[in-house]
Amino acid sequence: MNLKISALEYIDQVKNGQISAEEFVSATIDRIKKIDGKLHAFLQINPDAVEQARKVDKKIKLGEKVGACFGMPISIKDNICIKNSKTTCASKMLENFIAPYDATVISKLKQQDAIFVGKVNMDEFAMGLTTEFSAYGPSKNPWNTDYVPGGSSGGSAVSVSAFECVASLGSDTGGSVRNPASFCSTVGYKPTYGLISRYGLISYANSIEQIGPMTRTVKDTAFLLNILCGLDTNDNTTIDNGNQDYLSEIDSGIEGKKIGIIQEMIGEGIDSQVLSATKDAISKLEGLGAICDNVSIDMVKYSVASYYTITATEAGSNLARYDNIRYGYEFPVEGYEFNSYISKVRSKFGPEVIRRMILGGFVPSAGHAGKYFLKALKVKSKLTKEVNQAFKKYDFLIAPTVPVLPFKIGEKINDPVALFLVDINTVMSNLSGTPSISIPYAISNGLPIGMQLLAKHRDDKSLLQAARALETTVQLPEVPI
Amino acid sequence: MTKIGLEIHCQLTKLESKLFCSCKANYREHEINSNICPVCMGLPGTLPRINQKAIEKATLIAMALNCSTPDKIAFFRKNYFYPDLPKNFQITQLNIYGDTSVGGSGMIMVGDKQIRITRIQLEEDPGRLIYEGSSSKNQTTLVDYNRAGVALVEIVTEPDFENPKQVREFLNILSDLLENLNVADPSLEGAMRADANVSIEGGNKVEIKNIGSFHDLEKAVHFEITRQESLHSRDIPIAQETRHWDDKRKITISSRSKEEELDYRYFLEGDIPWITIGKEIHQRLKLEMPESISSKKERYVSSYNIPEQVAMVLSSDKFYSDLFDKSHTKNNAKEVANIITTDLMGLVDTREKRERSKLLPSHLNDLADLIQSGKLTRTSAKNALYEIVKSGKELSQIISEMDLGNVSDKNQLLTIIKQVISEEPQAVEQAKSNPQTVNFLVGKIMQKTKGKADPKLTLVLLKKELG
Repeated sequence: MNLKISALEYIDQVKNGQISAEEFVSATIDRIKKIDGKLHAFLQINPDAVEQARKVDKKIKLGEKVGACFGMPISIKDNICIKNSKTTCASKMLENFIAPYDATVISKLKQQDAIFVGKVNMDEFAMGLTTEFSAYGPSKNPWNTDYVPGGSSGGSAVSVSAFECVASLGSDTGGSVRNPASFCSTVGYKPTYGLISRYGLISYANSIEQIGPMTRTVKDTAFLLNILCGLDTNDNTTIDNGNQDYLSEIDSGIEGKKIGIIQEMIGEGIDSQVLSATKDAISKLEGLGAICDNVSIDMVKYSVASYYTITATEAGSNLARYDNIRYGYEFPVEGYEFNSYISKVRSKFGPEVIRRMILGGFVPSAGHAGKYFLKALKVKSKLTKEVNQAFKKYDFLIAPTVPVLPFKIGEKINDPVALFLVDINTVMSNLSGTPSISIPYAISNGLPIGMQLLAKHRDDKSLLQAARALETTVQLPEVPI
Repeated sequence: MTKIGLEIHCQLTKLESKLFCSCKANYREHEINSNICPVCMGLPGTLPRINQKAIEKATLIAMALNCSTPDKIAFFRKNYFYPDLPKNFQITQLNIYGDTSVGGSGMIMVGDKQIRITRIQLEEDPGRLIYEGSSSKNQTTLVDYNRAGVALVEIVTEPDFENPKQVREFLNILSDLLENLNVADPSLEGAMRADANVSIEGGNKVEIKNIGSFHDLEKAVHFEITRQESLHSRDIPIAQETRHWDDKRKITISSRSKEEELDYRYFLEGDIPWITIGKEIHQRLKLEMPESISSKKERYVSSYNIPEQVAMVLSSDKFYSDLFDKSHTKNNAKEVANIITTDLMGLVDTREKRERSKLLPSHLNDLADLIQSGKLTRTSAKNALYEIVKSGKELSQIISEMDLGNVSDKNQLLTIIKQVISEEPQAVEQAKSNPQTVNFLVGKIMQKTKGKADPKLTLVLLKKELG
């Protein structure tokens, strides 16, 4: 059984009767069991996956209506709720939290007969960019298991990259889909804010984050986006996309399109290999008929500071509900009053979460808000203006997804400030609500480099076309696992 | 000078559902923790889903209190840990970053006194805490989340009240107004709660929190003024503090909690985008706005010549004014008003009695017509009304069953009149010079007919007999 196929190839092969969903899903589960000990992408495996695939096959056989996914095995980041299954956010705080409802994206995928092979690892509450902050141990990069897979959707990227599933859903607050996609050589997409419902995504910084698909190809992403997007009455921030079809016209190319190269994202501190890959990508794009030019977005230099201030503030509020009173883990209340109880039980949060909660208690507090939180909001609004301005001149912007190559596990974990700076190229899209995508672009000394394309608000369809155009120029070796 | 300001919390009890989910707004008759869902329990991953009707009802209140109403409103998070808050923050409104709550400054007249409204905001009600155990040592706190997420409107006034009497008058006007707008039923337990701040001349401001009813609010304010004046007269400084209202002992107690020091870290609720309440919605609400109490009263006086006092009583209670508006005709309006204010109000003076009442507007209309045409005396009408409220039967049926129809047969009446004249020779003699005694004789005739004698005819016949 060849598991190394794209989502669209899988659908074709099942439709043609070349393979059955059951065969494919069961081979996928076997592979997970065989290799995941080395990678630790999965926190849980769905014990009913094969049985569910069998049901899809039965529907196909009986000529009943089958959903567009045809039993495709998908992994789900463990901050997205699936009814009656554990959703831990890779935290000890939610060790026993069983979601009583489906996230909107889960309902939509179920309707289309996708099969969830398991819940995948992440940095605790999505705070981190290496997956080292998972309370259940780090995931490992399948290209070299000494290296981090990126994060926070590390488990998603690893599982797609290592053929433990066909596609995955991650979430992107400041690069959490695109960063691990870049480090593991998969496609990672952060849609326009509001394009995909967040209902059922456990909030970290709700005003800027989005669920995003992680796939092998840009076409697969477009296919999933068609299923996932749209207005949702359960999420008041969703936007009407007018029922766009993201897959049709995906091969439109980028001839005549104007692309701006963001100078602030290829400057100081960039790895030379990443820089040369970026230059290479630019010349490839020019070869396809695009017009590339340098663009400066001044506020980028303050964007990471703004990002951490805003996300810490929102996280401090979003994570306040974890007081262990309505759900959580076993811890008797006897002998405690409310405040002493919650401070005791909340010590189960990991170090990175605690760090950001402390920050989140401080930066918006009376007497400090003006200096930090309100200033961060000003940067956000100024940055958004600059981004919108740039898109008046350019159809797309380009920058490497991460300015550095993947690094070793443990290498930067004790240097939070160094880690923060890895976010510099990704947070802009979150702060401005605009779409961006990372595609696999190069391998340097066995380590992946991802290239990021950005588009203006609601221009997701053109963005996917541009990414598809660049993707056609890329030939990469297979993952060595 | 004494200054009193109020913060009134009013549940929008006339809504179907809670502010951010489809659980019932009427949480009162549910078993503990059964009127809940993932959203109002703040489960991980859930998002608030704004109830448009709540925004409209809150805006209606703002308009009725002459507040400014912004085109765009926003919600904020008020962050603090408390066991009745499922998310450990409350979604509320704020005006520090521009006027973004449903209502800005407004005012309402209380007699001749103008009370300024600072703002009106829409927010979610927390759950309800239930304390078990007698001593603090073995006390446990249980939480019922049925109420969590119910839409609450906070009405904040400027410190414009000078005494508890003004507070009471304001609360009466406000309750009537909320009921008339069909947004809330102020008589429901816990539907109206309040905080007050009180200061006397030369003293610090004291906040009183946790006042569970309007009735207690006046008492709490009164208690607090007395307490402060007593301290002042003994030259003891009045501390600026927060006090709690103890509704069992009916006193205010200093709070040991450090509530004043809490920093709520307000920031914009990103899960609810800014909501535009455009001109069209304001226009529509204006059209839908029920007639105000004062306009009703004026209408009653000018159109039907109903006395000022009766019109006031009738218009200020939505239950009675609705009944009046549905039952009267141009000709019997005064009589209908009379029946409602003199007889009906005594029969259905509680919520339960109103709910049980079988009275229909048509009953009132029939009653008034029969009284006016002399076919039913007021006394009989009152007896019939009692029976209608109880059974809801047709008036005609009740009249025949209870034998309430008037004695208006001339001969029959004459016989009775003659009988009375022969029995009361002394009164008959006096009646010739004293008209009061005529009434005494009419009374006697009424006694004999069990109140059913047609009063007009009786008088005519009696006077004739007396010469």
